[in-house]
Amino acid sequence: MVLTAREIWTALHGMVFGAGYLLAFTAGLVGLYSLRESWVTGVGIMERVVRLKWEVAAMAVLSFLTVFSGTYIVYPWYRAAPPEGADLLEYPRSFLLANPNLAGWHTFGMEWKEHIAWFSPILTIAVLYLIFKYGPSLAQEKNKNLRWMIVVLFILSFAAAGVAGLFGALITKAAPIL
Amino acid sequence: MSAAKTVTRTKTIPSGPAVAAMISAGLGCLAIGVFTTGAVLSEELKNALNIYNPAGPLSGKTTFAVVIWLISWLLLGYLWKDKELNLRRSFIITMIMVAVGLLLTFPPFFEAFEA
Repeated sequence: MVLTAREIWTALHGMVFGAGYLLAFTAGLVGLYSLRESWVTGVGIMERVVRLKWEVAAMAVLSFLTVFSGTYIVYPWYRAAPPEGADLLEYPRSFLLANPNLAGWHTFGMEWKEHIAWFSPILTIAVLYLIFKYGPSLAQEKNKNLRWMIVVLFILSFAAAGVAGLFGALITKAAPIL
Repeated sequence: MSAAKTVTRTKTIPSGPAVAAMISAGLGCLAIGVFTTGAVLSEELKNALNIYNPAGPLSGKTTFAVVIWLISWLLLGYLWKDKELNLRRSFIITMIMVAVGLLLTFPPFFEAFEA
């Protein structure tokens, strides 16, 4: 069993950074949703805010690592133009476009994924900043609206990453980067 | 001082910094969409966005969108750091910018402009 350098980078991009981000989402969402002074003691709120800061900070780092490795390491291999007479299996974009039954994975899947993925780090960092800035006060009833707004931004960042991750997995299945 | 009192005694932070963070994030998402559809509409813009050839115009679309996001955040954050602003209205504006950004990055939409 041997993995090429390209396969290792593709796995890091999708299965380590991207999947790590997606897996961490539920913990962050539960932490944000239950951050209410009527549900949690003062000690609990302080502990929960510290945990949220670490979780969302880790997600922000993973999110940026995912889009940077995707855009600047994996994507150039995906979109490279094949020389005359090359085996298209080594050039995923050209391979997909050459087959009318597979072309949609590029024209819809990759075209959407490569752009929407960048929404995720932007929104995650906004969420991270708001948690750091407002901290335990987010649990207060008067800040209920802000807490809900943060939850919505957090869900949107996850949805963007989810779309990108789903298409990434499906495109890799149709035309792996070898 | 108990932790419960620490929470209730947390000093009130104005809404300005939250509004700046949300609006600038919305602007960043909108910018990605504008560059994506713009690159389809204009060959000159598409070429200008190609700042790292192996990644093509995607490199410029995302780099310039991140620059717009961060600069607008710095600027708005400075201007609104002590201001009490309408959080609800700002959130709606942010959601509209994110939604338009999403639409502009949706392939069936921007492909409709392809020659």
